[in-house]
Amino acid sequence: MSFLEFLNFHLVPGVVLGSIYAVGAIGITLVFGILRFAHFAHGDMATLGAFVALALVTAGLTPWAALPIAMAAVAVVAIVVDKLFYDYLKARPKIMTVMASLGVALMLRAVVQVVFGVDPRTYATGIVRPDEYFGILLRDRELYTLAAVVLLVVGLSLFLRHSRWGKAMRAMSDNPDLARLSGVDNRKVTMLTWAIVGALCAASGFMLGINNELHSMMGWQVLLPMFAAAILGGVGRVEGAVLGGLIVGIAEEMSIFILPAQYKAATAFVLLLLILLVRPRGLLNGKVL
Amino acid sequence: MALLDMKDVRGGYGDADILHGVSMTVGEREVVVIVGPNGAGKSTAMKSVFGLLTIRGGSIVFDGEDITGWAPDRIVQRGICYVPQVDNVFREMTVHENFEMGAFLRRGDLSAAYDRIYGLFPDLKAKRRNLAGDLSGGQRQMVAMGRALMLDPKLLLLDEPTAGLSPKYMEQIFQITRDVRDAGVSILLVEQHAKQALAFCDRGYVLATGANRHEGSGQALLADREVAEMFLGG
Repeated sequence: MSFLEFLNFHLVPGVVLGSIYAVGAIGITLVFGILRFAHFAHGDMATLGAFVALALVTAGLTPWAALPIAMAAVAVVAIVVDKLFYDYLKARPKIMTVMASLGVALMLRAVVQVVFGVDPRTYATGIVRPDEYFGILLRDRELYTLAAVVLLVVGLSLFLRHSRWGKAMRAMSDNPDLARLSGVDNRKVTMLTWAIVGALCAASGFMLGINNELHSMMGWQVLLPMFAAAILGGVGRVEGAVLGGLIVGIAEEMSIFILPAQYKAATAFVLLLLILLVRPRGLLNGKVL
Repeated sequence: MALLDMKDVRGGYGDADILHGVSMTVGEREVVVIVGPNGAGKSTAMKSVFGLLTIRGGSIVFDGEDITGWAPDRIVQRGICYVPQVDNVFREMTVHENFEMGAFLRRGDLSAAYDRIYGLFPDLKAKRRNLAGDLSGGQRQMVAMGRALMLDPKLLLLDEPTAGLSPKYMEQIFQITRDVRDAGVSILLVEQHAKQALAFCDRGYVLATGANRHEGSGQALLADREVAEMFLGG
């Protein structure tokens, strides 16, 4: 196998998949870091976002024009879900919120199945031939996916680093008691976090859908690799989630060199076990929860 | 009239009372220290001022207003800032970002406030871009005090600011405390290093089992035979 073949058939798909995982993992790490629980409805929120975009595409929008609207819609859904369910449990042990999020996952999936059915769907039909860039084969949708991920990650980093409320989110993740003593309004930070997390969910679901197909289990099936990515990078670390996402995505695509292809999905699980054994705080030294 | 006036405060965290009638006052531009044996309720007495425990009797009046039973966020806005003993900085944020978080409730131009803080803590100016968690214990304590001072409080509550610090840093923290007072902020602090604290404060209170035992100027308490025998190791 030549280097270019390796690049085009393994590394490029790995990077594309990995950057989609990264967007999901950032959301997981934000919920972990700021709200301090494992959000199991994350995958199904992504599914919802993908199907909201599908509805908009069916109504006549182009897929990439539908993306920002789907992101805004799921941001609102995430805030409402928090107010309806998680908010009531915030004074109880966190495991209750974790279990509630599993229930929310099933509800969101059921809504998608009732409205859109259980058959696989796509945003556009037909075969797209990749373009060649210096020997590297890339389809437009892959190029746009990478560009969108870079835009989201850079935008979020700038927001967290330089804006007043971004700093408040980091402060809440760092030391919640001291953040409250400094006058940071916990409810506002929680709402902002859910808006960002919901939007990121929708983006990851949409990008999964446009690079493959949509089905009602799509989000649930990427929940494990996204969690693996978040924990691999270090819980609470946005840059760690990006790194973890890329590693998990590339590892999945590389796994076929040593494992039969049907075991691809087990790669994330193996990585998760390894990191928990060897370096439980993750590569970038995240929180211990 | 005193800036802070606690009268016969009783209360605790759960159902059991830890404070059984604590009274103390802090005047304008005064450093008042609370000392006493372990379990005397020193930190608890201070936390009662900041609304961190359930008060079941007595009253706390600050700057002419009854703040008994207020929530901490309301008390912060009224002009009291509290520096906890541990976990008192944002470790993963820079020194400067810690100060920014301290000023979270303030709007408008803060450059004068930053100048004032870096004037009080010149050591931190060179480290303003370092993560607070990477600093030494003494410098971290300065960040914690600086964060609290960014809101320009009238009263600063310090919970054992010198715990675990070397004697060199202890002296420095006490010196800074005096500087802060001279800048117009009243200070109430809890101290384990009773002798050194009484030597530098304006007035002191000795608590035991959740109630007042002795009070007076720092020098008078140091000279008091009973206080010396009971709490200062002779």
